[in-house]
Amino acid sequence: MSSVKPNTSTPVLEHDQVADNTAGYVANFSVKESPILRLKKFLHTYPIAAPSIVLLLAIFGFSLLIGNRFLHPFNLSLILQQVTIIGVIGVAQTLIILTAGIDLSVGAIMVLCSVVMGRMAIDLGLEAWLALALGISVGALAGFINGLLITRLKIPPFIATLGSWNVFFAINLWYSKSETIRSQDISSIAPLLQWTGETINFFGARLTYGSLLMLGLFFLIWYALNWTSWGRHVYATGDDPDAARLAGIQTNRILMSVYVLAGIVCAVGAWVLIGRIGSISPQAGYTANLDSITAVVIGGCSLFGGRGSIYGTLIGALVVGVFRNGLALAGVDVLWQEFTVGILIILAVGVDQWIRRGTA
Amino acid sequence: MSIDYQQTPVLKASGLVKRYGSVTAIDNADFELFPGEILAVIGDNGAGKSSLIKALSGALVPDEGEVWLDGQKVVFNTPMEARELGIETVYQNLAVSPALNIADNLYLGREIRKPGFLGKYLRMLDKKAMEQNAKAKMTELGLLTIQNMSQAVESLSGGQRQGVAVARSALFGSKVVIMDEPTAALGVKESRRVLNLIKEVRDRGLPIVLISHNMPHVFEVADRIHIHRLGKCAGIVTPQSHSMSDAVAIMTGAMEIEAA
Repeated sequence: MSSVKPNTSTPVLEHDQVADNTAGYVANFSVKESPILRLKKFLHTYPIAAPSIVLLLAIFGFSLLIGNRFLHPFNLSLILQQVTIIGVIGVAQTLIILTAGIDLSVGAIMVLCSVVMGRMAIDLGLEAWLALALGISVGALAGFINGLLITRLKIPPFIATLGSWNVFFAINLWYSKSETIRSQDISSIAPLLQWTGETINFFGARLTYGSLLMLGLFFLIWYALNWTSWGRHVYATGDDPDAARLAGIQTNRILMSVYVLAGIVCAVGAWVLIGRIGSISPQAGYTANLDSITAVVIGGCSLFGGRGSIYGTLIGALVVGVFRNGLALAGVDVLWQEFTVGILIILAVGVDQWIRRGTA
Repeated sequence: MSIDYQQTPVLKASGLVKRYGSVTAIDNADFELFPGEILAVIGDNGAGKSSLIKALSGALVPDEGEVWLDGQKVVFNTPMEARELGIETVYQNLAVSPALNIADNLYLGREIRKPGFLGKYLRMLDKKAMEQNAKAKMTELGLLTIQNMSQAVESLSGGQRQGVAVARSALFGSKVVIMDEPTAALGVKESRRVLNLIKEVRDRGLPIVLISHNMPHVFEVADRIHIHRLGKCAGIVTPQSHSMSDAVAIMTGAMEIEAA
């Protein structure tokens, strides 16, 4: 074998440096800045805009249709009360959907926690605050189990929570013996559990502490998502888990924290639920899982993770609340409320897909 | 720029071996990177260059052999450990989060918190500081075309995204920057920008390991070229001593080089 001859020619390779003096694009497409395209861009930049517009249009439409009865502070605060539970559970669902997951067990966790709170306080006679704390621990434990199934056993979130939904709901029926705890018992023994249902008068509006608790929860999670490292890591994990891992984020730890936090939020939802209906029923709130997904989707959160805002969910829940309330006041049959919500979901996802196409 | 090849290498490996079952990906390979240089690593597909790079960046743990950083023996079990010691890697598949903005991406995993009560107890991020630092770094590296640090990365072109990844490595890499095929997915003009960026980073004193298939790019920016073949170093050449076809000949085994 011969050794290599040194190459004396200077290896200055400038064959592609001519590109330096060209325009900065390879291909040029003439783009007509039509108003529709501009709208698309606007909606893409501000994902919260679309649900906000729908909410304003709905409020405007129903106030024209029904008038003062709809716009009365009492009715508006009633809408807020009606969306409180879905709002709280929606906070939990938003956290999970941001990580590209889904949680079908949120409703079951909430009911289970409410039963635990009730039985601890009423049957075992524990202090109300202790019963509350135990209920919240059960929520955290339930979220922890979901997180384990998803991060350790690598079961897709949809299947993992479909399974745990049934398991949690069965445990709830067994533990409660399918019996409802009466409202009078709660108010005489552990009134703290019903605190979330108490109202304060505010210019004719009747705000419950539960609604205020919900708004506080939204603010808290908004802060955590937007102003802490943890929040950035939640978005990054949902957006592109591989990139997040390469950037040094322990994605499994983030997922665990999200599921545990969602469980705790569901337990807070249980407290709000007790305040709202007064009694504790093992059958209450079983549709909360699907309703929460509805609120998140109408609020503009992407089911593929990493995109969306927590306030979108609040607006999404309010949109559903306004439509249900408005249609009810207009005397429309309940089945048409369901119909409208269905159309809204499909529209929300359709608009979302349309915005994504060609602007990203 | 002249490089002193007598000094201690920044990053050195000797006798690295990695086997996958009956396949030997790294076969007693040696590696040296000196301060202030761009060392290109070239090799045919399957020659084991990515395994070598992974062993240096902590992404895989070699079965045998030793790695030294600044003359100190080190063992990396995860990429994080290598990172903490100042070895930054720019991955081929762009480790950036498309929906996050530029500043968030630069600081992903290493966010700055506000001083005082807000940062300590409320763990509040110092978005302003991160945006300002991000902007300063991008400007310093000549990425002036990107002005708005709160722009989502998905709205950037491929070259600009690569620029974000390079800027991140330059921002945090204190010892070595490893770049895996940084120009592979880019057009001619964008590649040029990234190459200039690589030189810019080198001129700031950070040595770079550049893995590339693109011979013209390698010959343009590299100070030395490490040619990998059959799991080990087949020779080290410089763009002055050898031509591109020599390098390809050594890479494919058509030519052998005497002990470098």
